Amino acid sequence: MQTKTILLCGVGGQGTILAADLLAFSCLEAGLDVKVSEIHGMAQRGGAVTTVVRVGSAVQSMVAGPGEADIVMAFETTEALRNLPDLKEGGSLIVNDVAIRPLPVLTGAARMPERARERLIEAGALLVPADAIARSVGNAKCANVVLVGALSARMDVPAEVWEQVIARRVPPKTVEANLAAFRAGRAFILESEEI
Amino acid sequence: MELMSGNEAIAQGAWEAGCTIGVAYPGTPSTETLEAFGAKEGVYAEWCVNEKVALEVGIGASAAGARVLVTMKHVGVNVAADPLFTAAYTGVGGGLVLLAADDPGMYSSQNEQDSHYYAQAAGVPCLDPADSAEALRFAREAYEISERFDVPVMLRSSVRISHTKTPVEPGERTVAPAAPYEKNPAKWVMMPAFAKPRRHDQLARIDALRAWVEECPYNEVVRRGDEVGVVCAGAAYQHVAEALPEASLFKLGVTWPVPTDALRAFADSVDRLYVVEEGSTYLADAVRACGVTVSDTPRTLPRAGELSPSLVRAAFGFEEAPHAEPAADLPGRPPALCPGCPHRLVFKELSRMRAIVTGDIGCYTLGALPPLSAMDTTVDMGASVSMSHGFELALAGTDHKPVVAVIGDSTFAHSGLSSLISTVYNRGAGTVCVLDNRTTAMTGRQGNPFNGVTLQNRPSRELNIEAVVAAIGVGDVRVVDPNDAEAVRTALKEATANEDISVIVFRSPCVLLERKPAKPLWVNGNCTGCGSCISLGCPALGRDGEGRACIDAALCIGCGHCTQYCRFNAIVPE
Repeated sequence: MQTKTILLCGVGGQGTILAADLLAFSCLEAGLDVKVSEIHGMAQRGGAVTTVVRVGSAVQSMVAGPGEADIVMAFETTEALRNLPDLKEGGSLIVNDVAIRPLPVLTGAARMPERARERLIEAGALLVPADAIARSVGNAKCANVVLVGALSARMDVPAEVWEQVIARRVPPKTVEANLAAFRAGRAFILESEEI
Repeated sequence: MELMSGNEAIAQGAWEAGCTIGVAYPGTPSTETLEAFGAKEGVYAEWCVNEKVALEVGIGASAAGARVLVTMKHVGVNVAADPLFTAAYTGVGGGLVLLAADDPGMYSSQNEQDSHYYAQAAGVPCLDPADSAEALRFAREAYEISERFDVPVMLRSSVRISHTKTPVEPGERTVAPAAPYEKNPAKWVMMPAFAKPRRHDQLARIDALRAWVEECPYNEVVRRGDEVGVVCAGAAYQHVAEALPEASLFKLGVTWPVPTDALRAFADSVDRLYVVEEGSTYLADAVRACGVTVSDTPRTLPRAGELSPSLVRAAFGFEEAPHAEPAADLPGRPPALCPGCPHRLVFKELSRMRAIVTGDIGCYTLGALPPLSAMDTTVDMGASVSMSHGFELALAGTDHKPVVAVIGDSTFAHSGLSSLISTVYNRGAGTVCVLDNRTTAMTGRQGNPFNGVTLQNRPSRELNIEAVVAAIGVGDVRVVDPNDAEAVRTALKEATANEDISVIVFRSPCVLLERKPAKPLWVNGNCTGCGSCISLGCPALGRDGEGRACIDAALCIGCGHCTQYCRFNAIVPE
């Protein structure tokens, strides 16, 4: 299988690292080679974060350049716009439908982008109301796993594999909530594709 | 098969090799290595106060026969350079492996530097893994190399090796009994009489390493086309292998010394030879020194920052994949001090008094960013204290704003303390603020001498900052709660009015250390939109559509910092 690049981006604290881990371990379980490159450090303090996951028969580099991500999965709309140049032509854009104001906007030094949602939709984005979906299945903290569910619908890895990996890798007390979030996110994408 | 980061793989490799002692000072991107090592069975691991101390502890343990792992970030090697250069003379007892983790792209560092130069300058072999499987193997086998050649071995990684998870096959641990320690001053006492002959031993060892590296299986030729050949190592190898499928590659697993004959033979086998490396000319110079002609890439490789396959392709004249243009109207998203961070009010008050603030390395460096904008300098660990002395010397006799050094507890222990001793000894002035948040916060809340937490949770003791500072001879020492704006203001005013050196210890735990779930605050109708609270730069505080303050209840921890700056009693508990 040719190497596939999935870029996860968001804001520090949104759970992108767990999401990237679940994706990576599911692909590994499915027999693929995997590289997961994440940036720690100053980015943790509420800054923009990106994690690159590359999967395939034999993955070489751990990063990809502009126009090379098969899937961009953004946990926030401004970060989706920021990382749009990484998306491959015809690639898949999955975006958590939430906007988080960065400090320069909070202090009045900068503004949020105009028409962010519309621009994303024009770029082919599928907007996922992950927070609302997570709340509706019982745990608002599982929004990141809702997004993993959405992502899973665009990957050639069976749902059972994802679920096994989730059951193994999230804290024992949260397994049920996370599985519910995963299924709801996956169902959301599958339903929107049917329409 | 398991997924491990490069750092975890290095810890695993060292453990499999029977390494029993690990020492380090935390620093991104190296930190998780020693945390992973310390979590394993049958090992001792500790945080030292700085990298020099860590390497010296490592050299001692090695002299006594143990296999030792010492880890640090690239700038830590600067601190540890003194013992490193002489350990390259003494050699080792038990195998001694030093991880130097570079940060091209400066994701969490004050500079980009290439640790290869240290290996070359000190004369210690340098291994460059290109993924986690290699990191594990190189770490494991580095101990044999160290003992066979009687030399410390540098394992050089970069952020994309240390922080990339790739599949590895972990193995079993083999512990060989430590060789009994025997006194040997000619090897271990590096006074001139012994160091001179030892220097010749070192040169003989370097010759032996040069011979070994010609046949070393860590260096690999990946034969593809005959036109283009590229010499590369580490993460750059992965980028090149992907970017240039037609090129033959000389993948260096050992980057010092480089295999002269093998590189010449490789150069002869291709029409044009290139060297691709990140932000440095170390490798190109080393290859040229073999007498090989290195061609310039058709377009220039970036001289700063990280590489990627597309940057390599661009340098070789290939077009980028089509993609959207970056949007011009996006606000930046810099990291910020957390809601409730005990550093915030100190910076707010320093900003208000327009002090000249010499800063240091840690979360609190974020105090330099708007809206607090309360930092004038940041150079290296401990520099806040020594640089403030320099400012005071140069500004003496002029009418100047107060000079205030700001340093965290762990950084103070790392090297601020020795700077302060020097200032006191020289009768320097100024005010030193120790922001004691009870942890080494930036790198993930590690232990340090002032919080008394150790890496493997062994019982320890907490050093008393104010007692240490008083013992040095600072007369004006005060301990202040940094969450009390009035107290912070008064302490800074009084301390900076003192002609002599003064120290304020601002003590309050990092909000990530002790999560006290207080109820979020909210803004009532009294708000006039004056913006006082907004100027604190709290991520939980913003303006609503009408310009009035509003609080994000999901982020607010109810610390009450903003309440103290609101003259209208508009920020209140629920």
